[in-house]
Amino acid sequence: MEKLDLRSRVERSVSRRTFIKGVVATGATVSAGAYVLRSSGASTASAQGAVERLVTLRVNGQDRRVDVMKQETLAMTLRYKLGLTGTKIGCDRADCGACTVLVDGVPKYSCSLLTHQVRGAEVTTIEGLANGDELHPVQQAVVDEAGFQCAFCAPGFIMAMVGTIQESPSLTRDEMAHALSGNLCRCADYPKILNSAMRAAEYMRSTTA
Amino acid sequence: MADFKLIGQSFAPQDLVAKITGRAKYAEDFRAEGMLFTKLLSSPMPHCRVRSIDYSAALELEGVVAVLTPDEVPQEEHPFEPALTNEPVYEGEPILAVAAVDEVTAANAIELIRVDYEPLPFVLNPLDSLRPGGPDANTGGNVYNGREITTLKWDQSVFDGVGPDQMPIGPGTEEDQWEYGDLEAGFANADLVIEETLYCQSVSHHPMEPRTSMAYWQNGKLYMHGSAQSTAQARRAIADRVGVELDDVFFIAEYCGGGFGSKIRGSVLEVIPALLSRKAGRPVMMRITRAEETMMGRARPGMLGHARLGMRRDGRITALDLFLVQDNGPYSRQGDSSTSGDVSALGYTPEAMRASTVSVLTNTPPRAAQRGPGGVQIVSMLAPVVSRAARQLGVDPLQVHLVNAPNHETEFGRGPYPITSAYVTEALTQCGELFNWSERRQRSGQRNGSKVRGVGMALSPYYGGTSGWDGLVVIRPDGKLYIHQGVGNLGTHSVVDTAKAAAEALDFPWENTEVVWGHSSRHLPHSSSQSGSQTTHAHTRANWVVGEFAKTLLQELAALELGGSSSAYQVSGGRVFGPGGSLTFAQAAERAIARGGKFDGHELPEDINDMTRTSATALAGQGLVAAAKDNLPHTARTYSFVVSMIELDLDLETGMHEILNVTSVADCGTVLNPRSLIAQGNGGVIQGIGIAQSFKWAIDPTWGVHLSKRIEATKPPTMLDIPTELIFAAVDLPDPQNPVGSKGIGEPPVGAGAGALVCAIEDAMGGQHPSHQPLTPDKILSIVENDCLPCGRLETHV
Ligand code: FES
Ligand code: FES
Repeated sequence: MEKLDLRSRVERSVSRRTFIKGVVATGATVSAGAYVLRSSGASTASAQGAVERLVTLRVNGQDRRVDVMKQETLAMTLRYKLGLTGTKIGCDRADCGACTVLVDGVPKYSCSLLTHQVRGAEVTTIEGLANGDELHPVQQAVVDEAGFQCAFCAPGFIMAMVGTIQESPSLTRDEMAHALSGNLCRCADYPKILNSAMRAAEYMRSTTA
Repeated sequence: MADFKLIGQSFAPQDLVAKITGRAKYAEDFRAEGMLFTKLLSSPMPHCRVRSIDYSAALELEGVVAVLTPDEVPQEEHPFEPALTNEPVYEGEPILAVAAVDEVTAANAIELIRVDYEPLPFVLNPLDSLRPGGPDANTGGNVYNGREITTLKWDQSVFDGVGPDQMPIGPGTEEDQWEYGDLEAGFANADLVIEETLYCQSVSHHPMEPRTSMAYWQNGKLYMHGSAQSTAQARRAIADRVGVELDDVFFIAEYCGGGFGSKIRGSVLEVIPALLSRKAGRPVMMRITRAEETMMGRARPGMLGHARLGMRRDGRITALDLFLVQDNGPYSRQGDSSTSGDVSALGYTPEAMRASTVSVLTNTPPRAAQRGPGGVQIVSMLAPVVSRAARQLGVDPLQVHLVNAPNHETEFGRGPYPITSAYVTEALTQCGELFNWSERRQRSGQRNGSKVRGVGMALSPYYGGTSGWDGLVVIRPDGKLYIHQGVGNLGTHSVVDTAKAAAEALDFPWENTEVVWGHSSRHLPHSSSQSGSQTTHAHTRANWVVGEFAKTLLQELAALELGGSSSAYQVSGGRVFGPGGSLTFAQAAERAIARGGKFDGHELPEDINDMTRTSATALAGQGLVAAAKDNLPHTARTYSFVVSMIELDLDLETGMHEILNVTSVADCGTVLNPRSLIAQGNGGVIQGIGIAQSFKWAIDPTWGVHLSKRIEATKPPTMLDIPTELIFAAVDLPDPQNPVGSKGIGEPPVGAGAGALVCAIEDAMGGQHPSHQPLTPDKILSIVENDCLPCGRLETHV
């Protein structure tokens, strides 16, 4: 296979600093510190033949302006550009569900969505559930059942629970297991996760009732 | 037994809210000013030598800051594993690392590196290496004898006349053979002698969080954010691996996204960001992908073997002759095969037994202890042999287990080793009742269309704890009790649950207690590693001891402050009170600081570990500081036990099964936290079921490259592979050598789940069994149709 000539592409590309300067001058983009700028360096963009574009995302009820590459996944944007590290990456390949977020209320694997695909959509992450110190009913149910062990899978599972219960508040335990089966828990805390989900559905039914 | 207020209660751990709101930070969630990213160049083949390497083009790529080569990392003699190597012994082993301003640049730089590899002979199946002239996984030899790597080739005669599905039995390595009793008399006294070829696959740990780490240096000190099961012991390991003083390492691992034995003392890979960061003068983040985790993460050693078992008509096992060849992987010696012998000796207490093992190096991913190391393999391989013997003699399997059950007086195995307690008869009886064994057993073999019912059980013993570690607590002027824990937070809740022993000893309300853990700058004591199910036992002991010591200090302080003798003072509810009046903990903390000396940590007990001494000294003057070593008697080995029973329907048309009921009962001493115990128990049982029914990997036999680098391809158990409810209970009887009566529980449920699943399938198949895990439908169907297995009985990594 012919090797890409990366270096010449780098040279052709917009200089990283010029780009950053431009972005900073607008004063509008998300600033998660120097880190964001570095991880969106021009060498990256050029290597993939992609140029970053400033887009507006609606995340947890706020408009966030952020520069993203064409091929950037939502998980990477959330974690590495918006500082929302509650969304976890377990496989980056749509296998495990650790990265699940809600896109217009529907649970989606954020590792397998391009950020550009969610422009104009409402994205909700684990950080967007609680209202200050007041936990979302699903989170409260998890606390009351002491759900999860290492909890690396927890943010993904909880987002899947929220999306599922909002859509179908009265699932049986079996149906709930099917609904959540796109999420893996390697600690295999499945029984307790299901207890949490069933309790969560109960709490959500009573809050909407 | 004392009446406990905290021990035995269900609590949600205090870190749970952080975990479910996204605030809990795992290693990959940290950012540091100027942080670089690293990508690894790793070996494309299972065994080779790097003849030459040219990374000049990589260095010139814009955004690349530094390259780290094997010459720059400590290279210890094999079998120790270096972080980077010029002679990779497994596919995916890291050779070189590049740090760049972002990950894509680092990955692009890796592509620009030119390497000339010299392929070397490799071996995947241990038996191939034992053949005359067979390849060695390492240029230094092919087997372990004790800690040494030596060369062992069996004579051709060992293989002559042995069918392809039959285990060749050659000499084991000297240090790995033992026997007790009269084996031949045992077989002569048996009413049935049964022989079986054994096989259990190698499986990755695949914790949900890959072993990502981030490092930076400040004022000559290393700050390491890692993913580790332990804190105190991982910090020590990092200092050793990087080659710096313990005091120059700050280790931060408040949360760990699962380890199961693969991150006991962190990971050797942490050396890479540590040294790259020192070289580049900037923080370095090393994100590990799932594919990398498959290769560089850890795995359970597979086993091939042979068992010969003698049983009397009453179910008593008279003799067991066990021969095991362990697939050790390329690096450190794994204890699984040796533990397998102990576990079978304790679980079945054979009248006579011999164990002979060989641990063979292979060019497959590195191994590490995986939850129930050795126990899972041997229980899942041997339980169906016992079950089949019981069937042939017409004895009920539960009866067989009861007849052979160990008890408090048992001295087992090669020692023989005395044990601290064994409530196995109680566990078997309770599980039989909960599961309704006799009634379900009636349904064994019942047909319903193409489905046939199977009912099976297994007993899994495992080590349940160590002793001799330190405890450290501080009562501060805010009136709170701070319990410092050097164990890790890997999700078992034991970091919190074992702390309760200190609060219990002081009769102190839990709401005013803070557990301090996860960051070595928070002054942690010398604690055990979070492994081998030792934490519960080890740290309820250490925390109880330090709680009692703090109580003594409070009593002495009160006597000095208020008058009277110290023994006349009592401690309860956050106060010390007696003839001269009372002090709240807040007041006591202030008086302790004023008095100094032994009360506020300026004078410390002689026998505590240096790590504890340094931490306690740093805390001196901040309150009443108590540090103590666990010197309580521990005169026998501590073991826990789990029995699992499973009922399932096996479909003879599809080879698939549906599990109908899983019931397990543990003897883990006194229950610390019932809800966490049930979760640990069921989680372990499900992991075991997963190993027995589907979890595996596949390696191409021609090229030695891995074919299952995605987690889904390894088929771990999902929510749909198990019933939505499982039953887990405990006998809840105290171990006499633990002040709160507790023993460890992490490991034994895995073997019980795996063994019970295999036995339930064996039962549904009327005593037939593929003897080759996992029991995938293709293997089941080949037996049903009396065809040969889709793979050889001794074929590995398929
Ligand atoms: S990280 Fe997205 S599915 Fe695993
Ligand atoms: S709790 Fe550890 S992966 Fe789910």
